[in-house]
Amino acid sequence: MNTDTQTSPQTMFTETAISRQKRHIENVMRVFLFVITSLMIIPLLLIIGYLFYKALPVLSLDFLFTNPKDNMRAGGLWAPFLGTIYLVVVSLLVSAPIGVFAAVYLNEYARDNWFTRITNLAVVNLAGVPSIVHALFGVGAFVLFAGLGESILAASLTLAIMTLPVIIASTTEALKAVPMSFREACWNLGATRWQTIRRIVLPNSISGILTGVILQVSRAAGETAPIMFTGAVFYKAIAEGDLFAYNIVEQCMALSLHLFTISTQVPDVTEGIPYGTAIVLVGTVLLVNAAAIVLRVYLRTRKKW
Amino acid sequence: MAINCNMDSQTTPLNYSIETENLNLWYGDFQALIDVNVKIPDGQITSLIGPSGCGKSTLLRCFNRVNERYGNVTTEGKIEVLGKNIYDSDVSLPELRKTVGMVFQRPNPLPISVYENILFGLRIHSPVGHLTRAESDQIVEEALTSVFLWDDLKDRLKVRATSLQLEQQQKLCIARLLPLKPRVILMDEPCSALDAKGTLAVEELMEVLAGKYTFLIVTHNMAQARRVSKECIFMFLGELIEHRETQALFQTPQHPKTADYVQMRYG
Repeated sequence: MNTDTQTSPQTMFTETAISRQKRHIENVMRVFLFVITSLMIIPLLLIIGYLFYKALPVLSLDFLFTNPKDNMRAGGLWAPFLGTIYLVVVSLLVSAPIGVFAAVYLNEYARDNWFTRITNLAVVNLAGVPSIVHALFGVGAFVLFAGLGESILAASLTLAIMTLPVIIASTTEALKAVPMSFREACWNLGATRWQTIRRIVLPNSISGILTGVILQVSRAAGETAPIMFTGAVFYKAIAEGDLFAYNIVEQCMALSLHLFTISTQVPDVTEGIPYGTAIVLVGTVLLVNAAAIVLRVYLRTRKKW
Repeated sequence: MAINCNMDSQTTPLNYSIETENLNLWYGDFQALIDVNVKIPDGQITSLIGPSGCGKSTLLRCFNRVNERYGNVTTEGKIEVLGKNIYDSDVSLPELRKTVGMVFQRPNPLPISVYENILFGLRIHSPVGHLTRAESDQIVEEALTSVFLWDDLKDRLKVRATSLQLEQQQKLCIARLLPLKPRVILMDEPCSALDAKGTLAVEELMEVLAGKYTFLIVTHNMAQARRVSKECIFMFLGELIEHRETQALFQTPQHPKTADYVQMRYG
């Protein structure tokens, strides 16, 4: 006969002091972690909300499609807006293919030898170089040595050098996520490395690769330092509404530099304009991201099974 | 050291699909295969047993030279497949791997449709647009019929192959080799991820296909080796210890190490 009440069937599942304490800690931790996670959203909403509130008086289609006026104290954003798009597009046209193909080589072809190790070391270190150093490199290499002068091309190449290592790193991660067994299956059917990459590895990693590239859009659009000595100017009027108003061997305005200029260098700017510029900069990045996401979804559905 | 019983009782001389002479292999400094001399008879099932890490899979992967894809591998000695030295300079690796197919421990269908899995081998070995729709359909039906999957999958050819049951996936991996008209099929523990029913199904399939193809199967399941293979090879620490008819190897092992290994499970 069991006389121990602790283990009698009626009480054996009853909460003890210790299990009550564990339950309380569990609840506290769940709430704590949720709050910490929510804290990330609050600054974002505050920033965007504040910008919108301050920018509301100037936001209109005209704001986007007219040039700055009165020494940038009034008017719109067309020249810097188009300039940023040029810089981002040209730099990604250079860095995305080079970065992706270099990562494919490093991950799929290269053996583990001194060349691969040095390359990987270079990629990691290049990713950690401050953007102002990239700017100086851009001035030396593209503006002066290559003779491109201060131009969209020189600035874009500088941005490309800056984004390249991160694209290589993110593409490598995406390629590594494709299971080795898929490659083995291909090789053992007699597929060459390139056939394996083209038919199996790339289609299964394209989402991850694009995500990595997309993140660099925001970086290229937002950076000021690498472009201010290599191709961006304080002020330049261009044909309004003409998508081809810039020539890539000439200089351009850019949203990031424009924002810096009108916030700190120009007195008596109409109050909403800097906030409007910030909204357009954020909006441009979101727009490019959205376009890339659409492309990613399209690529995913096009894959046949 | 190694005990190779000549199959003198055979009335006709055997043809060999695979022959090695003093095969040595290193992964970096580690020697994984030591002086392996082996002859794998044509058109039947030979099994390869031994404790983990004894070089069974390594030996298997020598025969289509896929070892070389894993880096830092040194191979010495001679390997002949169907009488041809596969280290000759005129050997094309894609062609070799077409003829010597491989099935893996974990079924590894490609993440494309069942239909495209079957055609994948042909597609990578022929010019773009080479296959007509009718030809493709016929090839897929034949391959799936050979592995008894046609009835199950004929209405699901567009399904992504990685969503099939494991047994179906493994049969598909065998079917995928067939359109390339292989002569040798290497199997690296093909049933270890399958349940008992799947294991039996794959074994039956091998027995039906043996004769048309030479099978070399690595297995940890000694009952399986006894069930399916005509000859059996026992390896230990990179060396080939004993190679004889399967029943003889299990009933009267000649080498003490073979006896230890075989009786460890059956003693």
